[in-house]
Amino acid sequence: MASAPQPQEDDLERDLHTEHQILNMGPSHPATHGTVKFLIELDGETIVNLDVQVGYLHRGFEKECEAGSWYQAIPYTDRLCYTSAILCNLGFCMAVEKLLELETTERCQWLRVLSGEISRVSDHLTRCGAAALELQAMTPFLYGIEARELTYDLTEILCGARVTTNYIRIGGVKHDMPAGFPAAARELIPKIRSLISDFGGVVTQNRIFVDRLKGTGVISKKDCIDYAVTGPILRSVGVPYDIRKDQPYLVYDQVDFDVPVGEVGDNYDRYLVVVEEMHQSLRIVEQCLARLEKAGPGPVDVDDPRVRWPAKGRVFNRMEELIQQFKAVTEGPRVPAGEAYFAIESANGELGFYLVSDGSAVPYKVRCRPPSLINLAPLPLMVRGDMLADIIPTFDFINMIGGECDR
Amino acid sequence: MDDHGSPILRALLRAMPGAVKDTHARLGDATAVVDAARIAEVMRFLRDTREIEFDMLVDLTAVDYLGEEPRFEVVYHLYSVGRNHRLRVKARVPEEPAEIDTVTGLWSSANWMEREVYDMYGIRFRGHPDLRRLLLYEEFEGHPLRKDYPKEKRQPLIGPRN
Repeated sequence: MASAPQPQEDDLERDLHTEHQILNMGPSHPATHGTVKFLIELDGETIVNLDVQVGYLHRGFEKECEAGSWYQAIPYTDRLCYTSAILCNLGFCMAVEKLLELETTERCQWLRVLSGEISRVSDHLTRCGAAALELQAMTPFLYGIEARELTYDLTEILCGARVTTNYIRIGGVKHDMPAGFPAAARELIPKIRSLISDFGGVVTQNRIFVDRLKGTGVISKKDCIDYAVTGPILRSVGVPYDIRKDQPYLVYDQVDFDVPVGEVGDNYDRYLVVVEEMHQSLRIVEQCLARLEKAGPGPVDVDDPRVRWPAKGRVFNRMEELIQQFKAVTEGPRVPAGEAYFAIESANGELGFYLVSDGSAVPYKVRCRPPSLINLAPLPLMVRGDMLADIIPTFDFINMIGGECDR
Repeated sequence: MDDHGSPILRALLRAMPGAVKDTHARLGDATAVVDAARIAEVMRFLRDTREIEFDMLVDLTAVDYLGEEPRFEVVYHLYSVGRNHRLRVKARVPEEPAEIDTVTGLWSSANWMEREVYDMYGIRFRGHPDLRRLLLYEEFEGHPLRKDYPKEKRQPLIGPRN
């Protein structure tokens, strides 16, 4: 009697039909803070391939800049990054100053470093807080956002606005710090520090947080450089590139701070780098405060009628200054013909502005080199082979800011 | 041609004098204007020469000089992480055909940047693996950063794609 044939291993596999599945994530997904769409090819829950589609927040920043005066572009730069507007102001203004060959006053430079570092802390707090939230941790998010509110409070005391500051101007800053600022800063900075450490206390050793971050979103040093990734992501792979150290601008060569680096280049390293950078930034803020108080009052604007208005007393009593003021208001500064590229270290990496002037009062070309966009490009590389859920922390620590990415 | 005291420009001029059309170092930015037809060759030299070693393509953009001939200028900003120096390379591209060789084979960062330039200026990059619009959508008509694209121009309404 013939027995039925035994099923073989490969028979079973032949019957089990599998194919890759395409999943749309976004453009407004609750777990991504940023309007971006991912077209994900999945094998089960493993990511095989990924197409990132950006541009949902494109509003023609570069085109708009070519329509107004050099000054009218500054409020647009506020809107590039809602958490670190001052750094975007700074990048643009310093590029224009490079074209004008202007050297700002020492007090102005210290104020710029001070305000820029406060801005960097709020950006990093947003990144860490949102990452925690999107990994389902509500408490640390609230610690992070409370600390961010305090940095916004400081920004408000300094320049009157919380988010879109418009504080940095071509050739100076809006105004010197108000009398109450140093006392407020001395009161709030310890609070921010303690909230950052509360935040760390909840997540840094937290089993779930560590498991979600360790070993996910890994990128190699070679790929980072190949994709021109900068900022905390590049530092997390062990490259200590920081424009504040490598090509110092303003007074960064006179302040004492360290550049933290990671080793592996995964999300956990990025998290640790970002937290340490916040502590370093607060250190810089304290040094700036001490320096500004010691130096006493001084001019914050360059004495150059091309970019800053003459003193009111002179405008009312002298013909020459009246004409300068009139020209400055109706037309804005005329920038000598030429081209310049200037880059600063923003919270996300190298924020560069490439400007072309034809000698008129209207920019001929304003190119913003957006670190968010360029850091987002290697995302497929970082998550390929990982699980679907690993996109969330990886995307969070890239910290794509829609306003700056899509412009 | 003058190297303006820049060792990078000096090395480039020595190695490929025919490819470099102009140099300047105004405002401290060393700049080389090169022949668009030889851009890939120049870029490979800049990336692979040991004492220059531009391992990072920081930025790639274009400028529309409407009314000049050739009309467009593609602008590359290079940085060397190991040696901490920078260089700007520019190449003029005519309106017809608005084409230049891709550098995606040398730096992966060029992929999205070239897509953005194609999107905004309509300059095509020969040999690009995936030349689609980056920020705008497929049905968008025209290239908005061209100087002859009016800022107020309206786009046709498009329905849902599927």
